[in-house]
Amino acid sequence: MATAVAILRHETQRLRASEDIVAVRQAVRAWSIELGFRLVDQTRIVTAASELARNALDHGGGGSVLLEALTDGPLRGLRLTFEDQGPGIADPETALRDGFTTGGGLGLGLGGARRLSNEFDLVSLPGKGTRVTITRWG
Amino acid sequence: MPEPGVPVERIPILKMGSYLLVTIQVDMHDRLATTLQDDLTAGIARSGARGVLIDISSLDVVDSFIGRMLGNLAAMARVLDAETVVVGMRPAVAITLVELGLSLPGVRTALDIEKGMELLRASVDGGGNGSGHPQA
Repeated sequence: MATAVAILRHETQRLRASEDIVAVRQAVRAWSIELGFRLVDQTRIVTAASELARNALDHGGGGSVLLEALTDGPLRGLRLTFEDQGPGIADPETALRDGFTTGGGLGLGLGGARRLSNEFDLVSLPGKGTRVTITRWG
Repeated sequence: MPEPGVPVERIPILKMGSYLLVTIQVDMHDRLATTLQDDLTAGIARSGARGVLIDISSLDVVDSFIGRMLGNLAAMARVLDAETVVVGMRPAVAITLVELGLSLPGVRTALDIEKGMELLRASVDGGGNGSGHPQA
């Protein structure tokens, strides 16, 4: 199945300020509508994107997000890759647990984004940065 | 940190009798949310409002940041002796919020403005600490 996935188009957006989170939400909404996602799935991926964009900004000191529209046979998907060059996450398993926070938030961002996605991947190198990839299939 | 020369964006707060009505119609960024907290608490203190209605029917996304802000607003209003009801949440937003792990503890909700007003009236006029009298 993985070999049949093709990328229809892609775009990178930067995450430097709080306003960029709004721009990411709007882009993800527009792309998921274009891919024919139903309303609940649009809302899921937009919300997950908002959480991860905020993480990259608040904990990673800013970064970027790559949007990729995917096709796999009749399926349409949206893959989002958030990257930052921040301090990284020392213990990803703990960070994914609900309620775990270092930033004064609710600690729902990572675990919540994973629940709202079909595929979730987190790679973090302490001192180098963090990359979180999520995919939602419509 | 308001930048000089840049007008501060604000979410309008309307007064209706002893209630305040806030309709959130824009995709909120952080500074706008902070400004709303300041404006609303100042508005409650100034007007002596007993209830606050927050209409989120225009919001197509509520993430943990906005959810936390709604919880904070309700908590701040409570400390200032005002009840808060959040109204108009879209069904897709409700599903996503719960999946995200956010159930808005401490925030009262109603389906629409009318039901929210009923809830406010009931809790402000009739409920409370023994000093209030239910009104017909």
